[in-house]
Amino acid sequence: MGSLFRQIGAVVVMTVQSLPSRFWASLTTIVSIALVIGTLLAFLAMGNGFQKTVAGTGSDEIGIVLGTGSSGSELNSTMPSSAVSIIEEGPGIARDANGVPIVSPETYVAVGAVRRSGGAKANISLRGVEGNAAGMRPGFTITEGRMFEPGTNELIAGAGVVRQFEGFDLGAQIRFGPDTWTVVGVFEVPGTVFDSEAWADLPVVQTLFNRGPTVSALRAQLAGPNAIEELQAYVESDPRLQVEVKTEKEHFASEAGSLEALIVFGWVIAITLGLGALAGALNTMYAAVEARTKELATLRAIGFGGVPAFFGAMTESLLLALGGGIVGVAAAFLLFNGINVSTLSGSFTQVVFDFAIGPAQAISGILLALVLGFIGGIFPALKAARTPVLRIGAE
Amino acid sequence: MTNALIQIADVAKSYRRGQETLSIFDRLNLTIPHGDFVAIMGPSGSGKTTLLNMLGGLDRPSGGAITFDGKQIENLSESKLSSWRAANVGFIFQFYNLMPTLTAAKNVELPLLLTRLGSGERNRRVQTALEIVGLSERKDHKPKELSGGQQQRVAIARALVADPKLLLADEPTGDLDRTTATEILEMLQLLNKDLGKTIVMVTHDPAAAKYAKRELHLDKGEFEERVS
Ligand SMILES: Nc1ncnc2c1ncn2[C@@H]1O[C@H](COP(=O)(O)OP(=O)(O)OP(=O)(O)O)[C@@H](O)[C@H]1O
Ligand SMILES: [Mg+2]
Repeated sequence: MGSLFRQIGAVVVMTVQSLPSRFWASLTTIVSIALVIGTLLAFLAMGNGFQKTVAGTGSDEIGIVLGTGSSGSELNSTMPSSAVSIIEEGPGIARDANGVPIVSPETYVAVGAVRRSGGAKANISLRGVEGNAAGMRPGFTITEGRMFEPGTNELIAGAGVVRQFEGFDLGAQIRFGPDTWTVVGVFEVPGTVFDSEAWADLPVVQTLFNRGPTVSALRAQLAGPNAIEELQAYVESDPRLQVEVKTEKEHFASEAGSLEALIVFGWVIAITLGLGALAGALNTMYAAVEARTKELATLRAIGFGGVPAFFGAMTESLLLALGGGIVGVAAAFLLFNGINVSTLSGSFTQVVFDFAIGPAQAISGILLALVLGFIGGIFPALKAARTPVLRIGAE
Repeated sequence: MTNALIQIADVAKSYRRGQETLSIFDRLNLTIPHGDFVAIMGPSGSGKTTLLNMLGGLDRPSGGAITFDGKQIENLSESKLSSWRAANVGFIFQFYNLMPTLTAAKNVELPLLLTRLGSGERNRRVQTALEIVGLSERKDHKPKELSGGQQQRVAIARALVADPKLLLADEPTGDLDRTTATEILEMLQLLNKDLGKTIVMVTHDPAAAKYAKRELHLDKGEFEERVS
């Protein structure tokens, strides 16, 4: 047994030391695997970043009421102001010192904007809000300028919107349809989708976007642990209300789910590219085994078995793959980690988020690389193991 | 014939090529005593290399028996034959067949990796083998940093490091100039005389054959002996 390990050791050392003699082929394998892993990580980083932002949004202590049939999206939801008056009198809603329920009726519309990079048009969200809205977003701060003045065409823009889109800088005038708005402040709610929105006064948005006396959603500060169930029971029992109630956290968690498709898509792309890289890796490995045939056959003549040859080839393949994986992860980290992008959210407006490569994404990348290395190595390694014993005169 | 290291009895070898069968020997008989140094000569295609492969357990006869040190080898399993080679035969190839990425010392050590020897003992034996071939100063050199003659000497050190009874060489000087060839042949002679190694060497060169104790001519499946 000790002898087998020594034989394996000797062949592995020989293989590793012979790598420089196949420099270009080895480098090609490393680069092609790095490309596959880099691509995979781009998707995983995007999915991870989006998930962090969307799932990081929303609180357990806030209930969100949407119109029935909105399929959970604020953009599709509408309910009359009369419903708001009924709901805010319901149970489970916290009240302030004066006994007034703490709620925030909000209207949510999509408006056109132009990306800073590339100039493409995209929809962002304009949210019409009243006084309680800011207090219901933990972490909300005005970083530049001031809050909009109620009753005016003023808006405040989220920091993500300012970064990614043109025309939202402090003091800028911006047109949505026939109306001109003034950006009077920039706000932040770090790590949440609210950062990707612009906010203005609710009645002004209702009027200028012809919403009449309707809102998209009502947010309510919940009074205690069972408040959400009480509120749900209350709205269900009232036939005048065509609404559904969830906690804000649940609401955003279901939106984040819609991006799982992107991650699956990323894996599909990476595995497809991986098949290409695999063809290259197989080629390289067959050539490497071929190049060592005489050495392996000589070892067989001396009395070595086939097993060390197998391990030698396998080690080479796994090393190249590991190299490709590490390069791919490192490149992805340097190129995309933390870059700020916006993409469609489930509700068809832009969500601004950061690419995020964490340990889970890096491990996925390295594992895929090793799987490619294993598959690319196994057949050449079996071939190496079957190298026939060298015959004298057949050198 | 208790003194025989190798006994070839009625050995036949034929190759099948499609429908035809090419018979190289039909009934070959030969006895090689312990401590012999045989040079095998003969026309091209007469089967010299084929015979050497069978003696070394790299190929099997189609018929007959090969006995080594009283033990029949032609019917051993692949893996038994592999261990038998490791323990009993050292090969010296025309083109050296060294591992290009390993140093001279690591090349010489290879057969010892198949034994139970610890690393200290292995190093000692490698050192001794390299001293015998006069290359201890070059032990850390890679093959491409050595001349052809030096590479062949490393190959000889590798062949003898595990202390096999039999050394087999096919045209060991075929790729070397006259002076270097002489050095190699003198070395083989020394291994035969001083260390008692039994050597079977195939060569085309009558001058090389003179270094052996006896010359055998293989032609048309038969041996003809000429004592030198
Ligand atoms: N694997 C093989 N398959 C078929 N025929 C073979 C094989 N190996 C050798 N032969 C044939 O066997 C015969 C003897 O070959 P061998 O190599 O033993 O000759 P040799 O005496 O060593 O010749 P040379 O002096 O040219 O080296 C040749 O006719 C050769 O073509
Ligand atoms: Mg020959």
